[in-house]
Amino acid sequence: MTLALDIKDLHKIYRSGTVALSGIDLQVQQGDFFALLGPNGAGKSTTIGIISALVNKSRGQVKVFGFDLDTELEAAKSQLGLVPQEFNFNQFETLLQIVVNQAGYYGVPRAVALQRAEKYLGQLGLWEKRHARARELSGGMKRRLMIARALMHEPRLLILDEPTAGVDIELRRSMWEFLRTINQQGVTIILTTHYLEEAEMLCRNIAIIDKGRIIENTSMKALLSKLGKETFILDLDQLPDSLQLADFVWRKLDQHSLEVDVEKSAGLNPIFEQLSAQQVKVLSMRNKANRLEELFVTLVEHGRGQAK
Amino acid sequence: MTARYLIALQSILIKEITRFMRIWVQTLVPPAITMSLYFVIFGSLIGSRIGEMNGFSYMEFIVPGLIMMSVITNSYANVASSFFSAKFQRNVEELLVAPVPNYIIVLGYVGGGMARGILVGLIVTVLSLFFVTISIYNLAIIILTVVLTSMLFALGGLINAVYAKTFDDISIIPTFVLTPLTYLGGVFYSLTLLPGFWQQLAQLNPIVYMVNAFRFGFLGYTDVNLWLALVVVLSFILVLFSYAMYLINKGIGLRS
Repeated sequence: MTLALDIKDLHKIYRSGTVALSGIDLQVQQGDFFALLGPNGAGKSTTIGIISALVNKSRGQVKVFGFDLDTELEAAKSQLGLVPQEFNFNQFETLLQIVVNQAGYYGVPRAVALQRAEKYLGQLGLWEKRHARARELSGGMKRRLMIARALMHEPRLLILDEPTAGVDIELRRSMWEFLRTINQQGVTIILTTHYLEEAEMLCRNIAIIDKGRIIENTSMKALLSKLGKETFILDLDQLPDSLQLADFVWRKLDQHSLEVDVEKSAGLNPIFEQLSAQQVKVLSMRNKANRLEELFVTLVEHGRGQAK
Repeated sequence: MTARYLIALQSILIKEITRFMRIWVQTLVPPAITMSLYFVIFGSLIGSRIGEMNGFSYMEFIVPGLIMMSVITNSYANVASSFFSAKFQRNVEELLVAPVPNYIIVLGYVGGGMARGILVGLIVTVLSLFFVTISIYNLAIIILTVVLTSMLFALGGLINAVYAKTFDDISIIPTFVLTPLTYLGGVFYSLTLLPGFWQQLAQLNPIVYMVNAFRFGFLGYTDVNLWLALVVVLSFILVLFSYAMYLINKGIGLRS
Protein backbone atom coordinates (compact mmCIF):
# COMPACT_ATOMS: atom_id res chain seq x y z
CA MET A 1 0.00 0.00 0.00
CA THR A 2 1.27 3.49 -0.88
CA LEU A 3 2.52 5.42 2.11
CA ALA A 4 0.58 8.53 3.08
CA LEU A 5 3.87 10.29 3.65
CA ASP A 6 7.33 9.15 2.68
CA ILE A 7 10.27 11.38 3.57
CA LYS A 8 13.82 10.40 2.70
CA ASP A 9 17.03 12.11 3.75
CA LEU A 10 15.40 15.53 4.15
CA HIS A 11 17.76 18.40 4.79
CA LYS A 12 17.08 22.08 5.33
CA ILE A 13 19.62 24.80 5.80
CA TYR A 14 18.17 28.32 5.93
CA ARG A 15 19.88 31.22 4.18
CA SER A 16 21.06 32.43 7.57
CA GLY A 17 23.06 29.21 7.83
CA THR A 18 20.78 27.67 10.46
CA VAL A 19 20.59 23.91 10.00
CA ALA A 20 16.97 23.02 10.66
CA LEU A 21 16.90 19.44 9.36
CA SER A 22 19.85 17.07 9.05
CA GLY A 23 18.63 14.06 7.13
CA ILE A 24 15.14 13.09 8.22
CA ASP A 25 13.56 9.79 7.21
CA LEU A 26 9.93 9.38 8.07
CA GLN A 27 7.17 7.09 6.84
CA VAL A 28 3.50 7.41 7.73
CA GLN A 29 1.07 4.67 6.76
CA GLN A 30 -2.33 5.38 5.24
CA GLY A 31 -5.04 5.73 7.88
CA ASP A 32 -2.53 6.34 10.67
CA PHE A 33 -2.92 8.86 13.47
CA PHE A 34 0.68 9.95 13.83
CA ALA A 35 2.35 12.20 16.38
CA LEU A 36 5.38 14.29 15.50
CA LEU A 37 6.83 15.58 18.73
CA GLY A 38 9.85 17.59 19.63
CA PRO A 39 10.99 20.55 21.70
CA ASN A 40 10.67 24.10 20.37
CA GLY A 41 13.01 24.67 17.43
CA ALA A 42 13.50 20.94 16.86
CA GLY A 43 12.46 21.08 13.19
CA LYS A 44 8.77 20.07 13.36
CA SER A 45 7.40 23.20 11.70
CA THR A 46 10.18 23.19 9.08
CA THR A 47 9.29 19.59 8.21
CA ILE A 48 5.62 20.50 7.93
CA GLY A 49 6.52 23.61 5.93
CA ILE A 50 8.43 21.52 3.41
CA ILE A 51 5.66 18.92 3.10
CA SER A 52 3.12 21.67 2.43
CA ALA A 53 5.39 23.54 -0.02
CA LEU A 54 5.74 26.64 2.15
CA VAL A 55 9.43 26.04 2.75
CA ASN A 56 11.96 25.03 0.09
CA LYS A 57 13.96 21.96 1.03
CA SER A 58 17.73 21.90 0.63
CA ARG A 59 17.96 18.20 -0.21
CA GLY A 60 15.98 14.97 0.03
CA GLN A 61 12.71 13.56 -1.22
CA VAL A 62 9.13 13.98 -0.03
CA LYS A 63 6.21 11.96 -1.38
CA VAL A 64 2.58 12.46 -0.39
CA PHE A 65 0.49 9.43 -1.30
CA GLY A 66 3.18 8.51 -3.82
CA PHE A 67 3.27 11.94 -5.47
CA ASP A 68 6.75 13.44 -5.44
CA LEU A 69 6.89 17.09 -4.39
CA ASP A 70 9.58 17.73 -7.01
CA THR A 71 7.82 16.25 -10.02
CA GLU A 72 4.09 16.06 -9.14
CA LEU A 73 3.66 19.06 -6.86
CA GLU A 74 0.03 19.85 -7.67
CA ALA A 75 -1.08 16.23 -7.23
CA ALA A 76 0.82 16.07 -3.93
CA LYS A 77 -0.75 19.33 -2.73
CA SER A 78 -4.25 18.07 -3.59
CA GLN A 79 -3.82 15.17 -1.13
CA LEU A 80 -2.86 17.43 1.73
CA GLY A 81 -4.77 19.62 4.18
CA LEU A 82 -2.79 21.88 6.50
CA VAL A 83 -3.77 23.38 9.83
CA PRO A 84 -0.84 25.67 10.64
CA GLN A 85 0.28 26.75 14.06
CA GLU A 86 -0.34 30.48 13.51
CA PHE A 87 -3.64 31.96 12.39
CA ASN A 88 -3.16 32.60 8.70
CA PHE A 89 -6.54 33.65 7.37
CA ASN A 90 -7.69 37.12 6.44
CA GLN A 91 -9.08 38.49 9.69
CA PHE A 92 -11.53 40.73 7.83
CA GLU A 93 -13.22 38.02 5.78
CA THR A 94 -16.24 36.07 6.93
CA LEU A 95 -15.91 32.40 7.80
CA LEU A 96 -17.94 31.43 4.77
CA GLN A 97 -15.75 33.48 2.43
CA ILE A 98 -12.61 31.94 3.91
CA VAL A 99 -13.65 28.32 3.54
CA VAL A 100 -15.45 28.65 0.19
CA ASN A 101 -12.54 30.51 -1.41
CA GLN A 102 -10.11 27.95 -0.05
CA ALA A 103 -12.13 25.15 -1.66
CA GLY A 104 -12.06 27.15 -4.89
CA TYR A 105 -8.26 27.20 -4.89
CA TYR A 106 -8.43 23.40 -5.02
CA GLY A 107 -10.87 23.52 -7.93
CA VAL A 108 -14.00 22.69 -5.91
CA PRO A 109 -17.00 24.32 -7.67
CA ARG A 110 -18.74 27.00 -5.63
CA ALA A 111 -22.03 25.09 -5.25
CA VAL A 112 -20.19 22.04 -3.85
CA ALA A 113 -18.03 24.28 -1.68
CA LEU A 114 -21.12 25.83 -0.10
CA GLN A 115 -22.47 22.36 0.79
CA ARG A 116 -19.13 21.38 2.29
CA ALA A 117 -18.94 24.66 4.19
CA GLU A 118 -22.24 23.81 5.87
CA LYS A 119 -20.98 20.31 6.64
CA TYR A 120 -17.58 21.19 8.12
CA LEU A 121 -18.45 24.51 9.75
CA GLY A 122 -21.49 22.71 11.17
CA GLN A 123 -19.48 19.78 12.51
CA LEU A 124 -17.05 22.17 14.16
CA GLY A 125 -19.82 24.26 15.69
CA LEU A 126 -19.20 27.35 13.54
CA TRP A 127 -22.12 27.36 11.08
CA GLU A 128 -24.06 29.91 13.12
CA LYS A 129 -21.04 32.21 12.87
CA ARG A 130 -20.59 31.81 9.11
CA HIS A 131 -21.31 35.47 8.37
CA ALA A 132 -19.11 36.77 11.20
CA ARG A 133 -15.70 38.23 10.43
CA ALA A 134 -12.84 35.92 11.42
CA ARG A 135 -11.35 38.51 13.78
CA GLU A 136 -14.54 38.43 15.86
CA LEU A 137 -13.99 34.78 16.79
CA SER A 138 -12.48 33.48 20.02
CA GLY A 139 -9.10 31.71 19.89
CA GLY A 140 -10.72 28.28 20.01
CA MET A 141 -13.11 29.16 17.22
CA LYS A 142 -10.22 30.40 15.06
CA ARG A 143 -8.46 27.06 15.53
CA ARG A 144 -11.62 25.21 14.51
CA LEU A 145 -12.02 27.49 11.51
CA MET A 146 -8.56 26.48 10.32
CA ILE A 147 -9.52 22.80 10.66
CA ALA A 148 -12.72 23.37 8.65
CA ARG A 149 -10.75 25.26 6.00
CA ALA A 150 -8.19 22.45 5.70
CA LEU A 151 -10.96 19.91 5.14
CA MET A 152 -12.82 21.79 2.40
CA HIS A 153 -11.09 19.92 -0.42
CA GLU A 154 -11.44 16.62 1.49
CA PRO A 155 -7.73 15.79 1.74
CA ARG A 156 -6.45 12.28 2.39
CA LEU A 157 -3.70 13.55 4.68
CA LEU A 158 -4.38 16.17 7.32
CA ILE A 159 -1.45 17.80 9.09
CA LEU A 160 -2.18 19.72 12.27
CA ASP A 161 0.57 21.84 13.77
CA GLU A 162 -0.38 22.30 17.43
CA PRO A 163 -4.11 22.54 16.75
CA THR A 164 -5.15 22.77 20.39
CA ALA A 165 -2.63 25.38 21.56
CA GLY A 166 -4.44 27.85 23.79
CA VAL A 167 -7.72 25.93 23.62
CA ASP A 168 -9.58 25.17 26.85
CA ILE A 169 -9.85 21.55 27.92
CA GLU A 170 -13.55 21.14 27.10
CA LEU A 171 -13.04 22.39 23.58
CA ARG A 172 -9.85 20.39 23.24
CA ARG A 173 -11.73 17.22 24.03
CA SER A 174 -14.42 17.97 21.44
CA MET A 175 -11.66 18.62 18.88
CA TRP A 176 -10.07 15.27 19.76
CA GLU A 177 -13.41 13.59 19.21
CA PHE A 178 -13.77 15.27 15.85
CA LEU A 179 -10.26 14.28 14.78
CA ARG A 180 -10.83 10.69 15.87
CA THR A 181 -14.00 10.59 13.77
CA ILE A 182 -12.38 11.85 10.59
CA ASN A 183 -9.45 9.49 11.16
CA GLN A 184 -11.93 6.61 11.41
CA GLN A 185 -13.41 7.80 8.14
CA GLY A 186 -10.04 7.18 6.50
CA VAL A 187 -8.17 10.49 6.75
CA THR A 188 -4.53 10.03 7.73
CA ILE A 189 -3.59 12.51 10.44
CA ILE A 190 -0.22 13.87 11.49
CA LEU A 191 -0.27 15.90 14.66
CA THR A 192 2.32 18.02 16.40
CA THR A 193 1.49 19.08 19.91
CA HIS A 194 2.98 20.24 23.16
CA TYR A 195 0.25 18.45 25.10
CA LEU A 196 1.81 15.01 25.30
CA GLU A 197 -1.35 13.66 26.86
CA GLU A 198 -3.02 14.57 23.57
CA ALA A 199 -0.51 12.56 21.54
CA GLU A 200 -0.82 9.61 23.92
CA MET A 201 -4.60 9.60 23.73
CA LEU A 202 -4.96 10.07 19.99
CA CYS A 203 -1.96 8.71 18.15
CA ARG A 204 -0.99 5.17 17.24
CA ASN A 205 2.51 5.94 16.02
CA ILE A 206 5.02 8.55 17.03
CA ALA A 207 8.25 10.17 15.93
CA ILE A 208 10.32 12.40 18.17
CA ILE A 209 12.46 14.99 16.47
CA ASP A 210 15.22 17.00 18.08
CA LYS A 211 17.85 19.26 16.56
CA GLY A 212 16.79 18.30 13.06
CA ARG A 213 17.05 14.54 13.57
CA ILE A 214 14.53 11.82 14.31
CA ILE A 215 15.56 10.36 17.63
CA GLU A 216 12.66 7.92 18.00
CA ASN A 217 10.15 6.51 15.52
CA THR A 218 7.92 3.73 16.75
CA SER A 219 4.41 2.83 17.85
CA MET A 220 2.98 4.60 20.87
CA LYS A 221 2.54 1.23 22.57
CA ALA A 222 6.17 0.23 22.03
CA LEU A 223 7.36 3.61 23.23
CA LEU A 224 5.32 3.56 26.40
CA SER A 225 6.45 0.03 27.16
CA LYS A 226 9.97 1.45 27.47
CA LEU A 227 8.85 3.21 30.59
CA GLY A 228 10.29 1.09 33.41
CA LYS A 229 8.94 3.01 36.39
CA GLU A 230 5.83 5.06 37.08
CA THR A 231 4.92 7.27 39.98
CA PHE A 232 1.38 7.15 41.38
CA ILE A 233 -0.37 9.46 43.80
CA LEU A 234 -2.81 7.78 46.15
CA ASP A 235 -5.50 9.79 47.93
CA LEU A 236 -6.29 8.19 51.28
CA ASP A 237 -8.96 8.80 53.92
CA GLN A 238 -6.24 9.11 56.54
CA LEU A 239 -2.49 8.53 56.40
CA PRO A 240 -1.21 6.96 59.66
CA ASP A 241 2.24 8.05 60.84
CA SER A 242 3.14 4.40 61.34
CA LEU A 243 2.52 3.48 57.68
CA GLN A 244 4.84 0.84 56.26
CA LEU A 245 5.15 -0.07 52.56
CA ALA A 246 7.74 -2.78 52.14
CA ASP A 247 9.59 -3.06 48.78
CA PHE A 248 8.39 0.34 47.55
CA VAL A 249 9.95 3.77 47.51
CA TRP A 250 7.27 6.14 48.77
CA ARG A 251 6.86 9.67 50.08
CA LYS A 252 4.22 11.24 52.25
CA LEU A 253 2.74 14.31 50.59
CA ASP A 254 0.27 15.35 53.32
CA GLN A 255 -2.10 13.72 55.82
CA HIS A 256 -4.26 12.34 53.01
CA SER A 257 -1.95 11.48 50.15
CA LEU A 258 1.20 9.65 49.34
CA GLU A 259 3.41 9.17 46.32
CA VAL A 260 4.70 5.72 45.37
CA ASP A 261 7.28 4.72 42.76
CA VAL A 262 6.24 1.46 41.11
CA GLU A 263 8.55 -0.70 39.01
CA LYS A 264 6.63 -2.10 36.05
CA SER A 265 7.44 -5.68 37.09
CA ALA A 266 6.18 -5.16 40.66
CA GLY A 267 2.53 -4.34 39.86
CA LEU A 268 0.13 -2.44 42.07
CA ASN A 269 -1.44 -5.31 44.05
CA PRO A 270 1.17 -5.40 46.85
CA ILE A 271 0.52 -1.74 47.61
CA PHE A 272 -3.20 -2.29 48.06
CA GLU A 273 -2.63 -5.46 50.06
CA GLN A 274 -0.30 -3.66 52.48
CA LEU A 275 -2.60 -0.64 52.82
CA SER A 276 -5.61 -2.85 53.44
CA ALA A 277 -3.70 -4.77 56.10
CA GLN A 278 -3.05 -1.46 57.89
CA GLN A 279 -6.73 -0.44 57.63
CA VAL A 280 -5.98 2.41 55.21
CA LYS A 281 -8.71 3.19 52.70
CA VAL A 282 -7.65 4.31 49.18
CA LEU A 283 -10.09 6.88 47.83
CA SER A 284 -8.48 7.39 44.44
CA MET A 285 -5.27 7.00 42.51
CA ARG A 286 -3.62 8.83 39.60
CA ASN A 287 -0.38 9.05 37.65
CA LYS A 288 1.91 11.72 39.00
CA ALA A 289 2.95 12.88 35.56
CA ASN A 290 2.02 12.11 32.04
CA ARG A 291 3.86 8.94 31.12
CA LEU A 292 4.76 10.14 27.66
CA GLU A 293 6.09 13.36 29.11
CA GLU A 294 8.58 11.45 31.24
CA LEU A 295 9.70 9.41 28.26
CA PHE A 296 9.91 12.45 26.05
CA VAL A 297 12.19 14.27 28.45
CA THR A 298 14.31 11.15 28.92
CA LEU A 299 14.66 10.56 25.18
CA VAL A 300 15.50 14.14 24.33
CA GLU A 301 18.05 14.37 27.12
CA HIS A 302 19.52 11.01 26.15
CA GLY A 303 19.71 12.06 22.49
CA ARG A 304 21.45 15.31 23.40
CA GLY A 305 23.85 13.41 25.66
CA GLN A 306 24.83 11.19 22.74
CA ALA A 307 25.19 14.14 20.41
CA LYS A 308 27.75 15.69 22.75
CA MET B 1 -6.52 26.12 -18.75
CA THR B 2 -8.44 23.37 -17.02
CA ALA B 3 -11.79 23.83 -15.26
CA ARG B 4 -9.99 23.43 -11.93
CA TYR B 5 -7.70 26.35 -12.68
CA LEU B 6 -10.63 28.47 -13.82
CA ILE B 7 -12.41 27.84 -10.52
CA ALA B 8 -9.23 28.83 -8.67
CA LEU B 9 -8.94 32.01 -10.76
CA GLN B 10 -12.60 32.82 -10.16
CA SER B 11 -12.09 32.34 -6.40
CA ILE B 12 -9.13 34.74 -6.29
CA LEU B 13 -11.08 37.30 -8.33
CA ILE B 14 -14.14 37.03 -6.08
CA LYS B 15 -11.91 37.39 -3.02
CA GLU B 16 -10.17 40.44 -4.47
CA ILE B 17 -13.29 42.19 -5.69
CA THR B 18 -15.09 41.48 -2.42
CA ARG B 19 -12.14 43.01 -0.58
CA PHE B 20 -12.17 46.39 -2.31
CA MET B 21 -15.98 46.53 -2.35
CA ARG B 22 -16.04 45.81 1.41
CA ILE B 23 -13.77 48.78 2.08
CA TRP B 24 -15.40 51.03 -0.53
CA VAL B 25 -15.01 54.07 1.68
CA GLN B 26 -11.24 53.66 1.40
CA THR B 27 -11.11 52.42 -2.20
CA LEU B 28 -13.90 53.98 -4.24
CA VAL B 29 -14.86 57.21 -2.49
CA PRO B 30 -11.44 58.96 -2.25
CA PRO B 31 -10.71 58.94 -6.01
CA ALA B 32 -14.25 60.18 -6.65
CA ILE B 33 -13.71 63.12 -4.28
CA THR B 34 -10.19 63.90 -5.54
CA MET B 35 -11.22 63.81 -9.18
CA SER B 36 -14.31 65.94 -8.52
CA LEU B 37 -11.99 68.54 -7.00
CA TYR B 38 -9.77 68.38 -10.07
CA PHE B 39 -12.82 68.86 -12.28
CA VAL B 40 -13.99 71.86 -10.25
CA ILE B 41 -10.61 73.56 -9.82
CA PHE B 42 -8.69 72.74 -12.98
CA GLY B 43 -11.65 72.24 -15.27
CA SER B 44 -14.22 74.83 -14.27
CA LEU B 45 -12.34 77.51 -12.31
CA ILE B 46 -8.85 77.63 -13.83
CA GLY B 47 -9.71 75.85 -17.08
CA SER B 48 -12.07 78.58 -18.23
CA ARG B 49 -9.15 81.02 -18.09
CA ILE B 50 -6.75 78.69 -19.89
CA GLY B 51 -8.88 78.53 -22.98
CA GLU B 52 -8.45 75.85 -25.62
CA MET B 53 -5.88 73.06 -25.77
CA ASN B 54 -5.29 71.84 -29.32
CA GLY B 55 -8.78 72.83 -30.37
CA PHE B 56 -10.60 71.38 -27.35
CA SER B 57 -11.82 73.07 -24.20
CA TYR B 58 -9.40 72.53 -21.30
CA MET B 59 -12.02 70.46 -19.49
CA GLU B 60 -12.52 68.20 -22.51
CA PHE B 61 -8.76 67.81 -22.78
CA ILE B 62 -8.01 66.86 -19.17
CA VAL B 63 -11.01 64.58 -18.52
CA PRO B 64 -9.50 61.51 -20.31
CA GLY B 65 -6.17 62.12 -18.56
CA LEU B 66 -7.81 62.37 -15.15
CA ILE B 67 -9.81 59.20 -15.75
CA MET B 68 -6.61 57.43 -16.76
CA MET B 69 -4.80 58.82 -13.71
CA SER B 70 -7.38 57.30 -11.39
CA VAL B 71 -7.24 53.98 -13.27
CA ILE B 72 -3.43 53.88 -12.93
CA THR B 73 -3.39 54.80 -9.22
CA ASN B 74 -6.15 52.42 -8.21
CA SER B 75 -5.02 49.38 -10.21
CA TYR B 76 -1.59 49.75 -8.67
CA ALA B 77 -2.75 50.46 -5.12
CA ASN B 78 -5.21 47.58 -5.07
CA VAL B 79 -2.71 44.84 -5.81
CA ALA B 80 0.11 46.44 -3.84
CA SER B 81 -1.94 46.64 -0.65
CA SER B 82 -3.93 43.43 -1.09
CA PHE B 83 -0.96 41.22 -1.90
CA PHE B 84 1.18 42.79 0.80
CA SER B 85 -1.64 42.34 3.34
CA ALA B 86 -1.92 38.70 2.27
CA LYS B 87 1.81 38.33 2.95
CA PHE B 88 1.59 40.26 6.21
CA GLN B 89 -1.39 38.30 7.56
CA ARG B 90 0.11 35.16 6.02
CA ASN B 91 -3.14 34.30 4.27
CA VAL B 92 -1.16 34.12 1.03
CA GLU B 93 -0.30 30.66 2.40
CA GLU B 94 -3.87 29.64 1.58
CA LEU B 95 -2.85 29.93 -2.06
CA LEU B 96 0.67 28.61 -1.70
CA VAL B 97 -0.42 25.29 -0.17
CA ALA B 98 -3.13 24.80 -2.81
CA PRO B 99 -2.49 23.26 -6.24
CA VAL B 100 -2.78 26.65 -7.93
CA PRO B 101 -0.22 27.40 -10.66
CA ASN B 102 1.68 30.61 -10.11
CA TYR B 103 0.34 32.22 -13.26
CA ILE B 104 -3.19 31.83 -11.89
CA ILE B 105 -2.12 33.61 -8.70
CA VAL B 106 -0.64 36.45 -10.78
CA LEU B 107 -3.70 36.65 -13.06
CA GLY B 108 -6.07 36.56 -10.08
CA TYR B 109 -4.44 39.43 -8.23
CA VAL B 110 -3.89 41.44 -11.42
CA GLY B 111 -7.52 40.83 -12.39
CA GLY B 112 -8.61 42.18 -9.00
CA GLY B 113 -6.50 45.31 -9.51
CA MET B 114 -7.90 45.78 -13.01
CA ALA B 115 -11.44 45.45 -11.69
CA ARG B 116 -10.88 48.24 -9.16
CA GLY B 117 -9.02 50.45 -11.65
CA ILE B 118 -11.76 50.10 -14.25
CA LEU B 119 -14.57 50.57 -11.73
CA VAL B 120 -12.97 53.74 -10.39
CA GLY B 121 -12.46 54.87 -14.00
CA LEU B 122 -16.17 54.41 -14.62
CA ILE B 123 -17.10 56.33 -11.46
CA VAL B 124 -14.81 59.21 -12.46
CA THR B 125 -16.25 59.16 -16.00
CA VAL B 126 -19.78 59.42 -14.63
CA LEU B 127 -18.73 62.29 -12.33
CA SER B 128 -17.10 64.11 -15.23
CA LEU B 129 -20.48 64.18 -16.98
CA PHE B 130 -21.58 66.78 -14.43
CA PHE B 131 -18.89 69.11 -15.77
CA VAL B 132 -18.52 68.37 -19.47
CA THR B 133 -20.23 66.59 -22.32
CA ILE B 134 -18.09 63.63 -23.27
CA SER B 135 -17.82 62.66 -26.92
CA ILE B 136 -16.58 59.24 -27.92
CA TYR B 137 -14.40 59.02 -31.00
CA ASN B 138 -13.45 55.33 -30.83
CA LEU B 139 -14.91 53.14 -28.07
CA ALA B 140 -12.72 50.14 -28.92
CA ILE B 141 -9.55 52.18 -28.33
CA ILE B 142 -10.95 53.49 -25.03
CA ILE B 143 -11.69 49.97 -23.80
CA LEU B 144 -8.43 48.50 -25.09
CA THR B 145 -6.32 51.26 -23.54
CA VAL B 146 -8.01 51.18 -20.15
CA VAL B 147 -7.80 47.38 -19.96
CA LEU B 148 -4.12 47.29 -20.92
CA THR B 149 -3.16 50.20 -18.67
CA SER B 150 -4.94 48.78 -15.64
CA MET B 151 -3.25 45.43 -16.31
CA LEU B 152 0.17 47.04 -16.55
CA PHE B 153 -0.13 48.95 -13.29
CA ALA B 154 -1.72 46.05 -11.45
CA LEU B 155 1.38 44.05 -12.40
CA GLY B 156 3.53 46.89 -11.10
CA GLY B 157 1.61 46.84 -7.81
CA LEU B 158 2.13 43.11 -7.49
CA ILE B 159 5.89 43.40 -7.98
CA ASN B 160 6.00 46.22 -5.43
CA ALA B 161 4.11 44.05 -2.92
CA VAL B 162 6.43 41.08 -3.46
CA TYR B 163 9.42 43.21 -2.46
CA ALA B 164 7.65 45.16 0.29
CA LYS B 165 8.60 44.32 3.84
CA THR B 166 6.57 47.02 5.59
CA PHE B 167 3.39 48.94 4.79
CA ASP B 168 5.58 52.00 4.09
CA ASP B 169 7.27 50.11 1.25
CA ILE B 170 4.06 49.99 -0.76
CA SER B 171 3.76 53.77 -0.85
CA ILE B 172 7.35 54.55 -1.97
CA ILE B 173 6.88 53.75 -5.68
CA PRO B 174 3.49 55.54 -5.96
CA THR B 175 4.92 58.63 -4.24
CA PHE B 176 8.31 58.88 -5.90
CA VAL B 177 7.71 57.28 -9.29
CA LEU B 178 4.05 56.99 -10.25
CA THR B 179 2.82 60.41 -9.17
CA PRO B 180 5.61 62.40 -10.90
CA LEU B 181 5.34 60.29 -14.07
CA THR B 182 1.56 60.73 -14.14
CA TYR B 183 1.66 64.50 -13.57
CA LEU B 184 4.35 64.78 -16.25
CA GLY B 185 2.53 62.30 -18.48
CA GLY B 186 0.44 64.75 -20.43
CA VAL B 187 -2.65 64.61 -18.21
CA PHE B 188 -2.85 68.39 -17.82
CA TYR B 189 -1.14 69.63 -20.96
CA SER B 190 -0.35 68.74 -24.53
CA LEU B 191 3.25 67.71 -25.18
CA THR B 192 3.29 70.29 -27.99
CA LEU B 193 3.48 72.97 -25.29
CA LEU B 194 6.86 71.68 -24.14
CA PRO B 195 10.17 72.96 -25.55
CA GLY B 196 11.94 70.56 -27.95
CA PHE B 197 14.24 68.79 -25.46
CA TRP B 198 11.52 68.29 -22.86
CA GLN B 199 9.17 67.03 -25.56
CA GLN B 200 11.75 64.35 -26.49
CA LEU B 201 12.30 63.49 -22.83
CA ALA B 202 8.58 63.19 -22.20
CA GLN B 203 8.43 60.51 -24.87
CA LEU B 204 10.43 58.24 -22.53
CA ASN B 205 7.58 58.38 -20.04
CA PRO B 206 5.34 55.34 -20.67
CA ILE B 207 2.34 57.08 -19.09
CA VAL B 208 2.40 59.64 -21.93
CA TYR B 209 1.48 56.84 -24.34
CA MET B 210 -1.37 55.52 -22.23
CA VAL B 211 -2.89 58.93 -21.58
CA ASN B 212 -2.64 59.89 -25.24
CA ALA B 213 -4.06 56.61 -26.54
CA PHE B 214 -6.96 56.95 -24.12
CA ARG B 215 -7.52 60.58 -25.07
CA PHE B 216 -7.53 59.57 -28.72
CA GLY B 217 -10.48 57.26 -27.97
CA PHE B 218 -12.47 60.27 -26.73
CA LEU B 219 -11.23 63.17 -28.83
CA GLY B 220 -9.57 61.57 -31.85
CA TYR B 221 -6.46 63.57 -30.92
CA THR B 222 -3.10 62.29 -29.71
CA ASP B 223 0.39 63.75 -29.22
CA VAL B 224 2.01 60.38 -29.98
CA ASN B 225 1.58 57.66 -32.58
CA LEU B 226 -1.35 55.46 -31.49
CA TRP B 227 0.20 52.18 -32.62
CA LEU B 228 3.47 53.03 -30.95
CA ALA B 229 1.49 53.70 -27.78
CA LEU B 230 -0.11 50.24 -27.91
CA VAL B 231 3.23 48.58 -28.63
CA VAL B 232 4.81 50.40 -25.67
CA VAL B 233 2.03 49.35 -23.29
CA LEU B 234 2.04 45.74 -24.52
CA SER B 235 5.83 45.55 -24.22
CA PHE B 236 5.73 46.81 -20.64
CA ILE B 237 3.01 44.29 -19.81
CA LEU B 238 5.10 41.47 -21.23
CA VAL B 239 8.20 42.52 -19.29
CA LEU B 240 6.38 43.06 -15.99
CA PHE B 241 4.34 39.85 -16.30
CA SER B 242 7.53 37.84 -16.94
CA TYR B 243 9.23 39.50 -14.01
CA ALA B 244 6.26 38.94 -11.69
CA MET B 245 6.22 35.27 -12.70
CA TYR B 246 9.95 35.01 -12.04
CA LEU B 247 9.50 36.48 -8.55
CA ILE B 248 6.57 34.25 -7.63
CA ASN B 249 8.25 31.14 -9.07
CA LYS B 250 11.36 31.89 -7.04
CA GLY B 251 9.17 32.46 -4.01
CA ILE B 252 10.82 35.83 -3.29
CA GLY B 253 9.32 37.16 -0.07
CA LEU B 254 6.99 34.15 0.05
CA ARG B 255 8.95 30.97 0.72
CA SER B 256 11.93 30.56 3.02
